[in-house]
Amino acid sequence: MFDRSMMKKLFALFFACFVAGAAFAQETPDALVQRVTDEVLDIIRKDKDIQNGDTHKVLDLVDKKVLPHFNFQHMTALALGKEWRKASPQQQQQLTAEFKTLLVRTYSNALTGYKNQKVLYKPFKMAPADTEVLVRTEVHQPGGKPVQLDYSLEKIDSAWKVYDVVVAGISLVTNYRDQFGQEVRNGGIDGLIASIAAKNKSLENGQKK
Amino acid sequence: MTKSLGLSGQQMGRRWALAGLLTLAFGGQAVAEGNPKDPYEGFNRAMFSVNEVIDKYAAKPVAQVYDNVAPLPVKAGVGNFFGNVGDLWIGVNSALQGKMGEAGVDIGRLLINSTVGIFGLFDVASELGLEKHDEDFGQTLAVWGVGSGGYLFWPIIGPRNVRDTGGWAVDSFVDPVWHVSDVPVRNGLVAVRFVDIRASLLPADKVVEEGALDKYAYIRDAYQQRRRNQIFDGRPPRLDD
Repeated sequence: MFDRSMMKKLFALFFACFVAGAAFAQETPDALVQRVTDEVLDIIRKDKDIQNGDTHKVLDLVDKKVLPHFNFQHMTALALGKEWRKASPQQQQQLTAEFKTLLVRTYSNALTGYKNQKVLYKPFKMAPADTEVLVRTEVHQPGGKPVQLDYSLEKIDSAWKVYDVVVAGISLVTNYRDQFGQEVRNGGIDGLIASIAAKNKSLENGQKK
Repeated sequence: MTKSLGLSGQQMGRRWALAGLLTLAFGGQAVAEGNPKDPYEGFNRAMFSVNEVIDKYAAKPVAQVYDNVAPLPVKAGVGNFFGNVGDLWIGVNSALQGKMGEAGVDIGRLLINSTVGIFGLFDVASELGLEKHDEDFGQTLAVWGVGSGGYLFWPIIGPRNVRDTGGWAVDSFVDPVWHVSDVPVRNGLVAVRFVDIRASLLPADKVVEEGALDKYAYIRDAYQQRRRNQIFDGRPPRLDD
Protein backbone atom coordinates (compact mmCIF):
# COMPACT_ATOMS: atom_id res chain seq x y z
CA MET A 1 0.00 0.00 0.00
CA PHE A 2 2.68 2.42 1.09
CA ASP A 3 4.93 1.29 -1.69
CA ARG A 4 2.25 1.76 -4.24
CA SER A 5 1.49 5.29 -3.21
CA MET A 6 5.21 6.02 -3.15
CA MET A 7 5.49 4.65 -6.63
CA LYS A 8 2.58 6.78 -7.69
CA LYS A 9 4.14 9.86 -6.20
CA LEU A 10 7.45 9.15 -7.80
CA PHE A 11 5.79 8.58 -11.07
CA ALA A 12 3.79 11.76 -10.73
CA LEU A 13 6.93 13.64 -9.84
CA PHE A 14 8.77 12.17 -12.77
CA PHE A 15 5.88 13.00 -15.04
CA ALA A 16 5.63 16.55 -13.77
CA CYS A 17 9.33 17.11 -14.24
CA PHE A 18 9.17 15.61 -17.66
CA VAL A 19 6.25 17.80 -18.73
CA ALA A 20 7.63 20.91 -17.13
CA GLY A 21 11.18 20.30 -18.24
CA ALA A 22 10.84 18.98 -21.71
CA ALA A 23 7.81 20.41 -23.33
CA PHE A 24 6.69 23.58 -21.59
CA ALA A 25 9.68 24.94 -19.77
CA GLN A 26 9.16 28.39 -21.14
CA GLU A 27 5.38 28.38 -21.11
CA THR A 28 3.96 31.50 -19.52
CA PRO A 29 0.96 31.13 -17.19
CA ASP A 30 -1.45 32.77 -19.62
CA ALA A 31 -0.27 30.47 -22.41
CA LEU A 32 -0.73 27.51 -20.10
CA VAL A 33 -4.31 28.49 -19.24
CA GLN A 34 -5.12 29.04 -22.88
CA ARG A 35 -3.57 25.78 -24.05
CA VAL A 36 -5.29 23.66 -21.43
CA THR A 37 -8.65 25.42 -21.91
CA ASP A 38 -8.52 25.03 -25.66
CA GLU A 39 -7.49 21.39 -25.46
CA VAL A 40 -10.21 20.49 -22.98
CA LEU A 41 -12.96 22.40 -24.76
CA ASP A 42 -11.93 20.91 -28.05
CA ILE A 43 -12.30 17.41 -26.65
CA ILE A 44 -15.67 18.20 -25.07
CA ARG A 45 -16.97 19.72 -28.28
CA LYS A 46 -16.22 16.53 -30.15
CA ASP A 47 -17.34 14.07 -27.49
CA LYS A 48 -21.05 13.31 -27.50
CA ASP A 49 -20.76 11.10 -24.39
CA ILE A 50 -19.43 13.98 -22.33
CA GLN A 51 -22.08 16.34 -23.67
CA ASN A 52 -24.69 13.81 -22.59
CA GLY A 53 -23.32 13.86 -19.07
CA ASP A 54 -20.98 10.85 -18.94
CA THR A 55 -19.42 11.55 -15.55
CA HIS A 56 -16.66 8.97 -15.74
CA LYS A 57 -15.44 10.17 -19.08
CA VAL A 58 -15.36 13.79 -18.02
CA LEU A 59 -13.62 12.95 -14.73
CA ASP A 60 -11.03 11.06 -16.69
CA LEU A 61 -10.48 14.01 -19.02
CA VAL A 62 -10.15 16.44 -16.13
CA ASP A 63 -7.82 14.08 -14.31
CA LYS A 64 -5.49 13.84 -17.28
CA LYS A 65 -5.56 17.34 -18.66
CA VAL A 66 -6.50 19.73 -15.89
CA LEU A 67 -5.54 18.39 -12.47
CA PRO A 68 -1.77 18.29 -13.07
CA HIS A 69 -1.91 22.08 -13.22
CA PHE A 70 -3.73 22.57 -9.92
CA ASN A 71 -2.30 22.90 -6.42
CA PHE A 72 -5.04 21.44 -4.22
CA GLN A 73 -3.09 21.77 -1.01
CA HIS A 74 -2.90 25.53 -1.47
CA MET A 75 -6.57 25.64 -2.47
CA THR A 76 -7.59 23.79 0.68
CA ALA A 77 -5.44 26.00 2.88
CA LEU A 78 -7.02 29.05 1.26
CA ALA A 79 -10.53 27.69 1.75
CA LEU A 80 -9.93 26.95 5.42
CA GLY A 81 -8.06 30.14 6.30
CA LYS A 82 -6.40 30.48 9.72
CA GLU A 83 -7.47 27.03 10.92
CA TRP A 84 -5.19 25.40 8.36
CA ARG A 85 -2.11 25.89 10.48
CA LYS A 86 -3.79 24.29 13.48
CA ALA A 87 -4.46 21.11 11.52
CA SER A 88 -2.00 18.23 11.78
CA PRO A 89 -0.16 17.22 8.60
CA GLN A 90 -2.34 14.14 8.42
CA GLN A 91 -5.53 16.18 8.77
CA GLN A 92 -4.26 18.55 6.11
CA GLN A 93 -3.66 15.67 3.78
CA GLN A 94 -7.09 14.10 4.38
CA LEU A 95 -8.85 17.40 4.06
CA THR A 96 -7.04 18.17 0.81
CA ALA A 97 -8.00 14.79 -0.60
CA GLU A 98 -11.69 15.19 0.27
CA PHE A 99 -11.90 18.81 -0.88
CA LYS A 100 -10.19 17.90 -4.12
CA THR A 101 -12.74 15.15 -4.76
CA LEU A 102 -15.60 17.56 -4.05
CA LEU A 103 -14.27 20.33 -6.29
CA VAL A 104 -13.33 18.02 -9.12
CA ARG A 105 -16.68 16.28 -9.15
CA THR A 106 -18.71 19.46 -8.91
CA TYR A 107 -16.90 21.34 -11.62
CA SER A 108 -16.34 18.39 -13.92
CA ASN A 109 -20.08 17.96 -14.01
CA ALA A 110 -20.44 21.64 -14.84
CA LEU A 111 -18.18 21.03 -17.85
CA THR A 112 -20.67 18.61 -19.36
CA GLY A 113 -23.03 21.56 -19.73
CA TYR A 114 -20.53 23.21 -22.03
CA LYS A 115 -22.14 23.78 -25.40
CA ASN A 116 -22.02 27.07 -27.19
CA GLN A 117 -19.69 29.13 -25.07
CA LYS A 118 -16.60 30.86 -26.37
CA VAL A 119 -13.62 31.73 -24.19
CA LEU A 120 -11.80 35.01 -24.73
CA TYR A 121 -8.39 35.66 -23.19
CA LYS A 122 -7.76 39.09 -21.72
CA PRO A 123 -4.46 40.87 -22.28
CA PHE A 124 -1.85 39.58 -19.84
CA LYS A 125 1.25 41.23 -18.45
CA MET A 126 3.79 39.95 -15.96
CA ALA A 127 7.29 40.71 -14.82
CA PRO A 128 9.83 37.90 -15.29
CA ALA A 129 10.33 37.70 -11.53
CA ASP A 130 6.63 37.31 -10.67
CA THR A 131 5.71 34.13 -8.84
CA GLU A 132 1.99 34.88 -8.46
CA VAL A 133 -0.22 36.01 -11.30
CA LEU A 134 -3.84 36.41 -12.30
CA VAL A 135 -4.88 35.19 -15.75
CA ARG A 136 -8.15 36.72 -16.86
CA THR A 137 -10.57 35.18 -19.32
CA GLU A 138 -14.15 35.78 -20.28
CA VAL A 139 -16.78 33.23 -21.29
CA HIS A 140 -19.23 34.43 -23.92
CA GLN A 141 -22.53 32.73 -24.58
CA PRO A 142 -25.29 33.62 -27.02
CA GLY A 143 -27.90 35.86 -25.40
CA GLY A 144 -26.12 35.98 -22.06
CA LYS A 145 -23.85 38.45 -20.34
CA PRO A 146 -20.16 37.55 -20.63
CA VAL A 147 -18.96 35.75 -17.51
CA GLN A 148 -15.61 36.66 -16.04
CA LEU A 149 -13.41 33.62 -15.36
CA ASP A 150 -10.07 34.29 -13.70
CA TYR A 151 -7.31 31.96 -12.55
CA SER A 152 -4.78 32.68 -9.82
CA LEU A 153 -1.51 30.88 -10.46
CA GLU A 154 1.68 30.49 -8.49
CA LYS A 155 5.10 29.38 -9.63
CA ILE A 156 6.30 26.25 -7.85
CA ASP A 157 9.78 25.25 -8.90
CA SER A 158 9.49 26.02 -12.58
CA ALA A 159 5.85 25.07 -13.12
CA TRP A 160 2.78 27.26 -12.84
CA LYS A 161 -0.05 25.90 -10.72
CA VAL A 162 -3.59 27.17 -10.34
CA TYR A 163 -4.63 27.76 -6.71
CA ASP A 164 -7.86 29.70 -7.21
CA VAL A 165 -10.57 29.95 -9.82
CA VAL A 166 -12.83 32.99 -9.76
CA VAL A 167 -16.14 32.95 -11.64
CA ALA A 168 -18.00 36.25 -11.96
CA GLY A 169 -16.00 37.50 -9.00
CA ILE A 170 -16.82 34.45 -6.89
CA SER A 171 -13.80 32.49 -5.73
CA LEU A 172 -14.71 28.84 -5.88
CA VAL A 173 -12.22 28.34 -3.06
CA THR A 174 -12.78 31.15 -0.57
CA ASN A 175 -16.53 30.78 -1.00
CA TYR A 176 -16.11 27.77 1.30
CA ARG A 177 -14.47 29.79 4.07
CA ASP A 178 -17.59 30.34 6.20
CA GLN A 179 -18.99 26.88 5.61
CA PHE A 180 -15.68 25.32 6.63
CA GLY A 181 -15.49 27.62 9.64
CA GLN A 182 -18.97 26.53 10.68
CA GLU A 183 -18.05 22.85 10.44
CA VAL A 184 -14.83 23.37 12.37
CA ARG A 185 -16.71 25.19 15.14
CA ASN A 186 -19.17 22.33 15.35
CA GLY A 187 -16.88 19.34 15.09
CA GLY A 188 -13.28 20.43 14.70
CA ILE A 189 -11.11 19.70 11.68
CA ASP A 190 -12.09 16.02 11.83
CA GLY A 191 -15.76 17.02 11.75
CA LEU A 192 -15.10 19.08 8.64
CA ILE A 193 -13.28 16.19 6.97
CA ALA A 194 -16.18 13.88 7.84
CA SER A 195 -18.74 16.33 6.43
CA ILE A 196 -16.98 16.67 3.11
CA ALA A 197 -16.42 12.92 2.94
CA ALA A 198 -20.14 12.34 3.55
CA LYS A 199 -21.00 14.84 0.84
CA ASN A 200 -18.64 13.11 -1.59
CA LYS A 201 -20.15 9.75 -0.76
CA SER A 202 -23.69 10.95 -1.41
CA LEU A 203 -22.63 12.48 -4.74
CA GLU A 204 -20.95 9.27 -5.75
CA ASN A 205 -24.01 7.21 -4.87
CA GLY A 206 -26.21 9.64 -6.73
CA GLN A 207 -24.19 9.07 -9.86
CA LYS A 208 -24.33 5.31 -9.75
CA LYS A 209 -28.08 5.01 -10.10
CA MET B 1 -26.18 31.40 -8.38
CA THR B 2 -23.44 33.33 -10.13
CA LYS B 3 -26.23 35.72 -10.95
CA SER B 4 -28.74 36.57 -8.30
CA LEU B 5 -32.23 36.20 -9.57
CA GLY B 6 -32.25 39.71 -11.01
CA LEU B 7 -35.93 40.35 -11.45
CA SER B 8 -35.96 44.05 -11.96
CA GLY B 9 -39.71 44.39 -11.68
CA GLN B 10 -42.54 43.10 -9.56
CA GLN B 11 -46.12 44.06 -8.94
CA MET B 12 -46.86 47.10 -6.86
CA GLY B 13 -48.53 44.82 -4.33
CA ARG B 14 -45.26 43.01 -3.90
CA ARG B 15 -43.58 46.26 -3.02
CA TRP B 16 -45.96 46.62 -0.11
CA ALA B 17 -45.23 43.08 0.89
CA LEU B 18 -41.57 43.99 0.70
CA ALA B 19 -42.04 46.93 3.03
CA GLY B 20 -43.73 44.59 5.47
CA LEU B 21 -40.91 42.06 5.22
CA LEU B 22 -38.33 44.79 5.71
CA THR B 23 -40.03 45.77 8.94
CA LEU B 24 -39.97 42.16 9.95
CA ALA B 25 -36.31 41.86 9.12
CA PHE B 26 -35.28 44.81 11.20
CA GLY B 27 -37.71 43.90 13.93
CA GLY B 28 -35.86 40.61 14.14
CA GLN B 29 -32.52 42.29 14.64
CA ALA B 30 -32.45 41.20 18.27
CA VAL B 31 -31.97 37.56 17.25
CA ALA B 32 -28.60 38.22 15.65
CA GLU B 33 -26.70 34.97 15.47
CA GLY B 34 -23.07 35.71 15.62
CA ASN B 35 -22.05 35.95 11.98
CA PRO B 36 -21.28 39.64 11.41
CA LYS B 37 -21.85 39.12 7.70
CA ASP B 38 -25.37 37.94 8.34
CA PRO B 39 -27.13 39.75 11.20
CA TYR B 40 -30.61 38.64 10.12
CA GLU B 41 -29.69 35.01 9.57
CA GLY B 42 -32.79 33.60 11.28
CA PHE B 43 -35.16 35.61 9.13
CA ASN B 44 -33.07 34.95 6.03
CA ARG B 45 -32.98 31.21 6.47
CA ALA B 46 -36.76 31.17 6.88
CA MET B 47 -37.19 33.19 3.67
CA PHE B 48 -34.65 30.98 1.96
CA SER B 49 -36.75 27.90 2.77
CA VAL B 50 -39.84 29.61 1.42
CA ASN B 51 -38.00 30.46 -1.76
CA GLU B 52 -36.69 26.93 -2.14
CA VAL B 53 -40.27 25.67 -2.22
CA ILE B 54 -41.42 28.30 -4.72
CA ASP B 55 -38.41 27.54 -6.86
CA LYS B 56 -38.75 23.79 -6.70
CA TYR B 57 -42.42 23.66 -7.63
CA ALA B 58 -42.86 26.68 -9.87
CA ALA B 59 -39.89 28.69 -11.13
CA LYS B 60 -37.38 25.92 -11.79
CA PRO B 61 -39.68 23.45 -13.60
CA VAL B 62 -40.89 26.19 -15.94
CA ALA B 63 -37.32 27.31 -16.60
CA GLN B 64 -36.27 23.72 -17.31
CA VAL B 65 -39.07 23.26 -19.83
CA TYR B 66 -38.12 26.53 -21.52
CA ASP B 67 -34.48 25.54 -21.57
CA ASN B 68 -35.24 22.14 -23.12
CA VAL B 69 -37.87 23.25 -25.60
CA ALA B 70 -36.70 26.62 -26.90
CA PRO B 71 -34.06 26.38 -29.65
CA LEU B 72 -30.82 28.24 -29.07
CA PRO B 73 -31.56 31.13 -31.49
CA VAL B 74 -34.82 31.80 -29.64
CA LYS B 75 -33.11 31.78 -26.25
CA ALA B 76 -30.35 34.02 -27.56
CA GLY B 77 -32.92 36.40 -29.05
CA VAL B 78 -34.87 36.58 -25.80
CA GLY B 79 -31.71 37.20 -23.79
CA ASN B 80 -30.52 39.84 -26.22
CA PHE B 81 -33.91 41.56 -26.29
CA PHE B 82 -34.08 42.06 -22.52
CA GLY B 83 -30.39 42.87 -22.45
CA ASN B 84 -31.06 45.66 -24.91
CA VAL B 85 -33.99 46.97 -22.91
CA GLY B 86 -31.66 47.11 -19.92
CA ASP B 87 -28.87 49.03 -21.65
CA LEU B 88 -30.56 52.42 -21.25
CA TRP B 89 -30.67 52.16 -17.45
CA ILE B 90 -27.17 50.67 -17.45
CA GLY B 91 -26.04 53.77 -19.34
CA VAL B 92 -27.74 56.06 -16.81
CA ASN B 93 -26.00 54.23 -13.98
CA SER B 94 -22.63 54.40 -15.72
CA ALA B 95 -23.16 58.15 -15.99
CA LEU B 96 -24.27 58.45 -12.36
CA GLN B 97 -21.03 56.72 -11.38
CA GLY B 98 -19.05 59.20 -13.46
CA LYS B 99 -18.09 56.72 -16.17
CA MET B 100 -19.06 58.91 -19.12
CA GLY B 101 -17.15 56.91 -21.72
CA GLU B 102 -18.93 53.74 -20.68
CA ALA B 103 -22.27 55.53 -20.60
CA GLY B 104 -21.63 56.54 -24.21
CA VAL B 105 -20.93 52.92 -25.11
CA ASP B 106 -24.13 51.79 -23.37
CA ILE B 107 -26.26 54.29 -25.28
CA GLY B 108 -24.43 53.45 -28.51
CA ARG B 109 -25.25 49.80 -27.92
CA LEU B 110 -28.91 50.66 -27.38
CA LEU B 111 -29.08 52.66 -30.63
CA ILE B 112 -27.29 50.04 -32.72
CA ASN B 113 -29.07 47.00 -31.30
CA SER B 114 -32.52 48.62 -31.44
CA THR B 115 -32.08 49.35 -35.15
CA VAL B 116 -29.52 47.17 -36.90
CA GLY B 117 -30.10 44.48 -34.28
CA ILE B 118 -33.85 44.43 -35.03
CA PHE B 119 -35.44 45.58 -31.75
CA GLY B 120 -32.54 44.17 -29.81
CA LEU B 121 -32.98 40.56 -30.91
CA PHE B 122 -29.38 40.50 -32.14
CA ASP B 123 -26.47 41.88 -30.18
CA VAL B 124 -24.74 43.50 -33.14
CA ALA B 125 -23.02 46.03 -30.89
CA SER B 126 -20.98 43.33 -29.12
CA GLU B 127 -19.86 42.03 -32.50
CA LEU B 128 -18.71 45.56 -33.28
CA GLY B 129 -16.69 45.60 -30.08
CA LEU B 130 -19.02 47.71 -27.93
CA GLU B 131 -18.72 45.79 -24.69
CA LYS B 132 -21.81 45.20 -22.57
CA HIS B 133 -21.54 46.57 -19.05
CA ASP B 134 -23.10 45.39 -15.85
CA GLU B 135 -24.56 48.24 -13.80
CA ASP B 136 -27.59 48.80 -11.60
CA PHE B 137 -28.69 51.32 -9.03
CA GLY B 138 -27.42 49.25 -6.11
CA GLN B 139 -23.89 49.50 -7.56
CA THR B 140 -24.35 53.23 -8.09
CA LEU B 141 -25.31 53.63 -4.43
CA ALA B 142 -22.19 51.69 -3.44
CA VAL B 143 -19.99 53.90 -5.62
CA TRP B 144 -21.61 56.91 -3.95
CA GLY B 145 -20.48 55.55 -0.63
CA VAL B 146 -23.74 54.15 0.72
CA GLY B 147 -23.00 51.28 3.13
CA SER B 148 -24.25 47.81 2.29
CA GLY B 149 -26.44 47.29 5.36
CA GLY B 150 -27.16 43.77 6.55
CA TYR B 151 -27.57 40.82 4.23
CA LEU B 152 -31.13 39.84 3.38
CA PHE B 153 -32.67 36.95 1.52
CA TRP B 154 -36.01 37.56 -0.19
CA PRO B 155 -38.39 35.09 -1.77
CA ILE B 156 -38.46 35.42 -5.61
CA ILE B 157 -35.80 38.14 -5.87
CA GLY B 158 -33.24 36.24 -3.83
CA PRO B 159 -30.22 37.61 -2.01
CA ARG B 160 -29.94 41.40 -1.62
CA ASN B 161 -28.41 43.40 1.18
CA VAL B 162 -30.32 46.46 2.40
CA ARG B 163 -28.57 48.73 -0.12
CA ASP B 164 -29.29 46.40 -3.01
CA THR B 165 -32.89 45.97 -1.93
CA GLY B 166 -33.27 49.75 -2.25
CA GLY B 167 -31.36 49.67 -5.52
CA TRP B 168 -33.65 46.95 -6.78
CA ALA B 169 -36.75 48.98 -5.88
CA VAL B 170 -35.39 51.91 -7.94
CA ASP B 171 -34.37 49.60 -10.81
CA SER B 172 -37.89 48.17 -10.86
CA PHE B 173 -39.52 51.57 -10.71
CA VAL B 174 -37.76 52.81 -13.85
CA ASP B 175 -37.84 49.44 -15.61
CA PRO B 176 -39.28 50.03 -19.13
CA VAL B 177 -40.95 46.62 -19.15
CA TRP B 178 -43.14 47.62 -16.21
CA HIS B 179 -44.18 50.76 -18.11
CA VAL B 180 -45.65 48.90 -21.08
CA SER B 181 -49.26 50.12 -21.07
CA ASP B 182 -50.87 46.99 -22.50
CA VAL B 183 -51.26 44.88 -19.37
CA PRO B 184 -51.30 41.37 -20.93
CA VAL B 185 -48.24 42.25 -23.04
CA ARG B 186 -46.51 43.68 -19.99
CA ASN B 187 -47.24 40.61 -17.89
CA GLY B 188 -46.11 38.37 -20.71
CA LEU B 189 -42.82 40.22 -20.99
CA VAL B 190 -42.25 40.11 -17.25
CA ALA B 191 -42.94 36.39 -17.19
CA VAL B 192 -40.69 35.60 -20.14
CA ARG B 193 -37.88 37.64 -18.65
CA PHE B 194 -38.25 35.86 -15.34
CA VAL B 195 -38.08 32.47 -17.01
CA ASP B 196 -35.10 33.55 -19.12
CA ILE B 197 -33.18 34.68 -16.04
CA ARG B 198 -34.09 31.57 -14.10
CA ALA B 199 -33.07 29.36 -17.03
CA SER B 200 -29.69 31.09 -17.25
CA LEU B 201 -29.06 30.04 -13.64
CA LEU B 202 -29.73 26.35 -14.19
CA PRO B 203 -26.09 25.31 -14.72
CA ALA B 204 -25.04 27.22 -11.60
CA ASP B 205 -27.81 25.47 -9.68
CA LYS B 206 -26.18 22.15 -10.23
CA VAL B 207 -22.83 23.41 -8.97
CA VAL B 208 -24.43 24.76 -5.80
CA GLU B 209 -26.45 21.60 -5.18
CA GLU B 210 -23.41 19.40 -5.58
CA GLY B 211 -20.69 21.60 -4.18
CA ALA B 212 -22.20 23.31 -1.15
CA LEU B 213 -21.99 21.95 2.37
CA ASP B 214 -24.63 24.51 3.34
CA LYS B 215 -26.53 25.82 0.34
CA TYR B 216 -27.79 28.89 2.17
CA ALA B 217 -24.29 29.95 3.22
CA TYR B 218 -22.83 29.13 -0.19
CA ILE B 219 -25.32 31.42 -1.92
CA ARG B 220 -24.90 34.17 0.65
CA ASP B 221 -21.13 34.23 0.31
CA ALA B 222 -21.24 33.94 -3.46
CA TYR B 223 -23.66 36.87 -3.61
CA GLN B 224 -21.38 39.01 -1.49
CA GLN B 225 -18.29 38.19 -3.52
CA ARG B 226 -20.13 38.77 -6.77
CA ARG B 227 -21.58 42.14 -5.75
CA ARG B 228 -18.19 43.32 -4.60
CA ASN B 229 -16.78 42.31 -7.97
CA GLN B 230 -19.56 44.16 -9.81
CA ILE B 231 -19.11 47.33 -7.78
CA PHE B 232 -15.42 47.35 -8.68
CA ASP B 233 -16.20 46.49 -12.32
CA GLY B 234 -14.45 43.14 -12.22
CA ARG B 235 -11.28 44.31 -10.50
CA PRO B 236 -11.89 44.31 -6.76
CA PRO B 237 -8.91 45.05 -4.54
CA ARG B 238 -7.54 41.88 -3.02
CA LEU B 239 -8.71 40.95 0.43
CA ASP B 240 -6.06 39.77 2.83
CA ASP B 241 -6.46 36.33 4.26
